[in-house]
Amino acid sequence: MIESTPEPAPRRYGRGVFLLTVAGGVSSLAWGKAVWGHVSSAVSPVASSLAPFLPTGGWRIYTISGSMPSFDRATWRLKVGGLVEKPVSLSYDDLLALPKASQISTFHCVTGWTVKNVHWGGVRLGDLFDRTSPLPQAGALQFVSAEQPYIDYLAMPQARLHDVMLAYEMDGKPLPREHGAPLRLIIPEMYGYKNVKWLSEVNLVGDAGSGYWEQLGYDRDAWVGHSNGYGS
Amino acid sequence: MSRHLRRFSRTERTLHWVNALGFFMLLATGLILYLPSLSVLVGRRPLVKDMHFWSGVGWIAALALVAALGDRRGLLRTARELDAFDADDVRWLRRRRPAPPGRFNAGQKVNASLTAAFTVLFLVSGLLLWLGERDTRFRFASTVVLHDGLMYAALVLLVGHLYLALIHPATRHALRGMTIGTVDEDWARAHHPKWVPDHVDGDRPRR
Repeated sequence: MIESTPEPAPRRYGRGVFLLTVAGGVSSLAWGKAVWGHVSSAVSPVASSLAPFLPTGGWRIYTISGSMPSFDRATWRLKVGGLVEKPVSLSYDDLLALPKASQISTFHCVTGWTVKNVHWGGVRLGDLFDRTSPLPQAGALQFVSAEQPYIDYLAMPQARLHDVMLAYEMDGKPLPREHGAPLRLIIPEMYGYKNVKWLSEVNLVGDAGSGYWEQLGYDRDAWVGHSNGYGS
Repeated sequence: MSRHLRRFSRTERTLHWVNALGFFMLLATGLILYLPSLSVLVGRRPLVKDMHFWSGVGWIAALALVAALGDRRGLLRTARELDAFDADDVRWLRRRRPAPPGRFNAGQKVNASLTAAFTVLFLVSGLLLWLGERDTRFRFASTVVLHDGLMYAALVLLVGHLYLALIHPATRHALRGMTIGTVDEDWARAHHPKWVPDHVDGDRPRR
């Protein structure tokens, strides 16, 4: 009689692969963003050659309505009013005639993605104030988007930060439609939802109210890394 | 005349195609939300976002429903097969030959485990994205990285899977098993030899 050696028990590798993958994925909630930052800077030269099929540069396009506002250079106006001595209605050419400022800053979205070193060109709020002369009781600014009902506010000290800008240029080109053409607010110290796109009005008001996302529970003072549940 | 062997039950095939349909719905709507060029082209973000969310809920619910109403014992048996790696499976992974596979080769087993894990992680990260928009306690800076990274990893698996199922001449016969349920016995002997001797009479499955 032949003695057969018993077949060794099979190894349960299947559940091992499953559990390790789930554990690795869940743990990445703690380290994913830091690692991705290194990976994306290493692969970005390759990725940019695959544009526009990849979200190059890391931008995501968020909108709240069914379609994006379109820009007609002939009819577009930026109204600056509210608590000012001289309300104005600026055409696109009026805007371009104002002193131009440039800056390179990093854009942070509250959902976790970041775009580094964006080149912005536009006007400082101070130059608008020179044209409109805000009244002493003006304590905040209301930014109204053509994408209704999107609005947001900045308190006056926030609006006076050195790198706050109304941007009409991005990376050397006119601001693209999906980024808020022709004009958007840039405040790099705060998350993207404060950086109102498709600006149509800037109104000086007494106090800051709640913007679109703030009415849905996001922080009014959206400091990067120190609001909305981060770093607190 | 060559005989046919039943490789996948109706429950297994339904589960596979429900999974595929859900994945493609989520991939299509997800890419519109994710790629700036498609976001601009399609617009209607709130609608696409709702479609993405409800596709995800529908996907998981449909998988659970098929599993609950279908042949549960058969599914458990298949899950145990996918879990177990015998000595030949280990040799297969180390690219040693011969390493005759059973009903599934080691690559298919790893693919199944990864796919199941990705499903769980897609669900967890997707729910966190949804909840995080409503409550800061569920908001993590890396959730979106995990969700996007999973998409890339799942795409790599999918491309390999589609290549083997549709294009590669030696393996594409397997598609028949996932559509009408049976495969050619000669093909099975060549690709899954340890599975075939289990069949007593050819046209009925043993497992």
